[in-house]
Amino acid sequence: MSTTLDLGDAPTPPDNPVASADRRVESHLHPSPSWDVADHPEPVGTEEVWRFTPLHRIKALFAEPDPGARIERHVDLPEGVTLSEIGAQEARELAAEGPIDRVAALAAEHAGTISRLDVPNDAVVDDAIILETTGTGAALAEHLVVTVGRHAQATVVLRHQGSARYAAKVDVRVGEGAHLNFVSVQDWADDAVHGGQTSFVIGRDAQVRTIDVSLGGDLVRLTDTARYDGPGGTLEQFGLYFVDAGQHIEHRLLVDHNQPKTVSNVDYRGALQGDGAHSVWVGDVVIRPEALGISTYEQNRNLVLTDGAWADSVPNLEIETGEIEGAGHSSTTGRFDDEQLFYLTSRGIGELEAKRLVVQGFFADIIRRIGVPSLEAKLMEDIESELAVTMGGAQ
Amino acid sequence: MSLSINDLHVDVATEAGPKEILKGVNLEIKPGEVHAIMGPNGSGKSTLAYSLAGHPKYTITSGSASLDGVELNGLTADERARAGLYLAMQYPVEVPGVSMANFLRTAKTAVSGEAPKVRTWVKEVNAAMNKMGLDSDFAQRSLNEGFSGGEKKRAEIVQLDLLNPKYAILDETDSGLDIDALRVVSDGVNRYMEQGDRGLLLITHYTRILNYIKPDVVHIYVDGRVVDQGGPELANALESTGYDKYVSAAKADA
Repeated sequence: MSTTLDLGDAPTPPDNPVASADRRVESHLHPSPSWDVADHPEPVGTEEVWRFTPLHRIKALFAEPDPGARIERHVDLPEGVTLSEIGAQEARELAAEGPIDRVAALAAEHAGTISRLDVPNDAVVDDAIILETTGTGAALAEHLVVTVGRHAQATVVLRHQGSARYAAKVDVRVGEGAHLNFVSVQDWADDAVHGGQTSFVIGRDAQVRTIDVSLGGDLVRLTDTARYDGPGGTLEQFGLYFVDAGQHIEHRLLVDHNQPKTVSNVDYRGALQGDGAHSVWVGDVVIRPEALGISTYEQNRNLVLTDGAWADSVPNLEIETGEIEGAGHSSTTGRFDDEQLFYLTSRGIGELEAKRLVVQGFFADIIRRIGVPSLEAKLMEDIESELAVTMGGAQ
Repeated sequence: MSLSINDLHVDVATEAGPKEILKGVNLEIKPGEVHAIMGPNGSGKSTLAYSLAGHPKYTITSGSASLDGVELNGLTADERARAGLYLAMQYPVEVPGVSMANFLRTAKTAVSGEAPKVRTWVKEVNAAMNKMGLDSDFAQRSLNEGFSGGEKKRAEIVQLDLLNPKYAILDETDSGLDIDALRVVSDGVNRYMEQGDRGLLLITHYTRILNYIKPDVVHIYVDGRVVDQGGPELANALESTGYDKYVSAAKADA
């Protein structure tokens, strides 16, 4: 029930690395980007990137959204930050990456809402920028471009709730030396379907932290891609998911180390409970020949709380240079750690309470990085009520 | 009133099936007494500690262990702790994301049956940590995570102080401690014993800690049973002779 893979710090370069500075990622895990929907035929399920996904449940996102349907949005915009509607052409020019699958291509092509959130150069925004999306049952698509100017600092929170079939193409451009905290919370109603692509371009010396929280929805399938626009960028990606009976939650990540002296660190954690609870985590890191002196680590940990739940976890490293600081990954899926439970129970704490502490601790490590206290508190409560499903209420 | 162990036989679960580790242990610890168990590596000292505390890996196959008349066999680990037993572990386990403060409050609530008073509890926790030479900010750190070996052992004694069990088992708490840490830990244990009505089972490989914590009885433990016992002088004799004669005698018996 437990697997651990660790490549350590001494990778071997492949025999014939292809040296081309601006080539696309030739990874079988990530098809070539294209804005043309026709380049992304409807998946049949045998494709590597679709093999874990129950296609019949995401089918709504392979078709055009309801005509004229627009997202319902509540926005908290601190001073100096702007949110404006833009044209499709401008959105594509600003985009970090073209669509890499049909869902993202359709989202861009048929977006009912195309907007740009801009944090200007040098702006230091203390309050979180919050974009709250509430589904009202329709099939919705949107294209959102986030631009963070040079040396700006900001926290952006996307919150998703309600019921929807929602496809989103999100592009995030982070300028030189900027600091961005980018949080996406999937707190959907039980029947929601959410798919899409979020792509980051990280400027020289910029620091980007993403936190993906997936709790609700029938099916959530999100792909993140990231690449660097100069040396010295740092990307931290954290994820938290809690999968209940019948839910499918899938996170796919690609970090393209295309610049030297860049850093990436990925840490996704999930808990699963109930029949047919299914999580998928696929992490892919590409280290290009020119990406000298980079360092990367990816990990995914899954805690299986009951029988009948299933976690798929696939870390990949594609290394084309040996001149790196470090590269590794690990994946573990298992039940509670008996030694942790024994330690806690040997202090008089009942078994259920001990398990609750362990799960809360497991997620608290991620939640405390969000930096928005009210959201952190809300998420800890959400975890508590998720736990109540299989472990009863607090003692 | 005592922690009483009678002809205790214990199996450990292994991949090849159950294996008998304790082969008939007898021991009685009365309130106010310090008993030291000494023995070579692999003699089953830790198995005794873990099987008394209720680790699921160990099964009591025959004999009995009782705490002030309460039979421990059949109780879960948390029930044993609530009955008044405490085990300071040789290798305290890290629990990421669970703060010491949260853990201590939860454990105190569990063993005493009611939540500690908010006003005095934080002070008590800080005082207990400071007595053990730990900074108050340890309360905000994740339980045992990133603690040095010495800090983990000190934190075990902080818990001994705050949970104040009827009987405590220290499983090689002295192993790996430098002399300063050993003194601090011993002082903490002696303060616990000064209450007069607490019992202590001190499991150790070395005689060193017995210079700081005076045992009433020393038991020599080889191959899953007690092979000799006496007063503190037995530990002194052991210092010069070592375990060899006991080990060869046990082999000759087998």
